[in-house]
Amino acid sequence: MKFTDFAYEVKEGLGISFQAIRANKMRSVLTTLGIVIGIVSVTLMGTAIEGMSRSFNEMISKIGADVLFVQKFSWFSSQEDFFASRNRKNIDLKQFKAVRDQGSTIAAVSPMTGTRVPIKYRSLSSDGIILIGVNEQYIQVGGLNIEMGRFFSQAESNGDRPVAVLGYTIAEKLFPSETPLGKNVKVGAHSFRVVGVVSKQGSFLGMDMDNRVYVPITNFLQKFSNNRRGMDIHVKAANINDLENTKEELRGILRKVRGVKPGVKDDFAINQQEMFIQTFNQIGGVIAAIGLFITALSLFVGAIGIMNIMFVSVTERTKEIGIRKAIGARRSTILLQFLIESAALSLIGGIIGIIISYPLSLLINQILPTSMPISVVAIAILISLVVGVVSGFLPANRASKMDPVEALRHE
Amino acid sequence: MQPVINIKNVKKTYIMGTVEVNALVDVSIRIQKNEYVAIMGPSGSGKSTLMNVIGCLDTPTSGLYEFNGVNVGDMNDNELAKIRNKDIGFVFQTFNLLARSDALHNVELPLIYSGMKKTDRKVRAEEALGHVRLEDRMHHKPNELSGGQRQRVAIARALVTNPSIILADEPTGNLDSKTGVEIMGLFNDLHAQGNTIILVTHEEDIARHAHRIIRVRDGLIEKDFMVEDRVLPGVNV
Ligand SMILES: Nc1ncnc2c1ncn2[C@@H]1O[C@H](COP(=O)(O)OP(=O)(O)OP(=O)(O)O)[C@@H](O)[C@H]1O
Ligand SMILES: [Mg+2]
Repeated sequence: MKFTDFAYEVKEGLGISFQAIRANKMRSVLTTLGIVIGIVSVTLMGTAIEGMSRSFNEMISKIGADVLFVQKFSWFSSQEDFFASRNRKNIDLKQFKAVRDQGSTIAAVSPMTGTRVPIKYRSLSSDGIILIGVNEQYIQVGGLNIEMGRFFSQAESNGDRPVAVLGYTIAEKLFPSETPLGKNVKVGAHSFRVVGVVSKQGSFLGMDMDNRVYVPITNFLQKFSNNRRGMDIHVKAANINDLENTKEELRGILRKVRGVKPGVKDDFAINQQEMFIQTFNQIGGVIAAIGLFITALSLFVGAIGIMNIMFVSVTERTKEIGIRKAIGARRSTILLQFLIESAALSLIGGIIGIIISYPLSLLINQILPTSMPISVVAIAILISLVVGVVSGFLPANRASKMDPVEALRHE
Repeated sequence: MQPVINIKNVKKTYIMGTVEVNALVDVSIRIQKNEYVAIMGPSGSGKSTLMNVIGCLDTPTSGLYEFNGVNVGDMNDNELAKIRNKDIGFVFQTFNLLARSDALHNVELPLIYSGMKKTDRKVRAEEALGHVRLEDRMHHKPNELSGGQRQRVAIARALVTNPSIILADEPTGNLDSKTGVEIMGLFNDLHAQGNTIILVTHEEDIARHAHRIIRVRDGLIEKDFMVEDRVLPGVNV
């Protein structure tokens, strides 16, 4: 068949399809409904999955990929491990210093500990802030940006200076109309001079990251002594591609300073972003697969509806098929005509489905940071086209194989 | 001269469950270019079956059928469709127009299937509708036309591809006698212009428009003769 012939047949097929769809409006609407529902659920599921992974990625990017967290417990440990590791020694400043002094593959390192205290400036106060004790290198390790002023310096950190850097929302709350820089705030019972404000960070795992106040850790330990919990050590690796080496180096240093005997398991954990990603991919993958499977079922039901109505349509139009064959329509012509009709029916359903699910996806957007991705739209259109062609195939094939004389005799 | 149609010992048997129906028992016919043939016979004698075989809508159970010297028995489905499209114009008793399409589109359809360009197609279809004097009804749907007008659309559709033969199975069977005469006038004109025409009819009056009459009975040819007192073409259109 020449291409132009094919083009004419497609055009004729489209014309016939729209005639047929218009002639049976109610029936077409009902048939299409199945596909509409299928496409709405598939696109919304796709949008939600996309939103989930996008919000995860946004969140996870706040933990630098090149940052290692030396902690008492592993992030994702089974309960057994938890009971076995309950009596582990705390991490302390001595261990931090060992890492700082002996580590050769690290770019920055900071101890980190925190507690919940009230903060006050003149008559304004805030109750539930998190006071964080770190050293001057935390600005690199934690990936902080400075909104105004500066982070505290090494000298201030080592010299136990009572200086503080405020999180964004605290600064806004306590200093609605003046600059916080140089002002003295009351943290618990102690006075700290504000030297800087951190840029807005958003939230992580439901924690408000802008509700924090950073002070030198030595100062923190003196005034808000928290020996019971110990601290963490946050380490930024020198080279992200060499993360495993850095991890090994840290293990060596910590085993030595904590006195872990050879052959005995580590009594500490080195956590990293990668662990989040792995766990998410496992859980997220299963959720996505189940969700898509369930929504695909509704699409399958829609496809059966189309197949059913196409069989009806072929039977009803037996005579028309006979006429077309008598004046020269080939089998392929008839096949194409009915495939186009079922594809058009399904495609219309798909497009209506997308039009309906777009505003619904804006609702999802209230919960998850997502908009219906263009890829989901394209996939939905492709799916409805494929569904139409596949479910139209059996009826169309039956039509194409009809005997012209028999078909003409049909009333 | 090579005949347009050469049928030799053609047999057509329908099997209905355990019963065999011999619609055509043993039929041989040769028809030359520009012949005007009427096929007559009682109901159930096999006229329509014969027309369907000639029109390549149906294939004989056995026997030879050559169309323009080519053995139809050797053709595949696509080749048969092509012959039906290009070389045969079929006119039916019940018109068989597409109900949802207007006259023009009905006439254009064979040209669409032959892959003709849209502009050429339109010119040709309008020409054919002009031929049957329906230029003012081109955008009417079949149900907006009278029986005679519908049959004229069907004739225009049969003509539009310039086929080697025009086959008409009781073309006036559903029309009153006055309209029937009009339609026969059209066939007479077409014949006068050099077309080859085969038509099936019950009525002697209609058959006497033709040059030659073939009488069929029980699937056999009973009589095949030339008409002497032929009704002249061009009457009363
Ligand atoms: N598809 C079929 N299946 C079974 N028998 C058939 C079929 N088509 C035709 N016949 C039988 O073949 C015989 C010839 O039928 P055909 O239609 O050719 O007759 P006809 O001469 O055209 O009759 P009429 O003048 O009534 O149209 C009849 O006995 C008919 O019952
Ligand atoms: Mg008949």
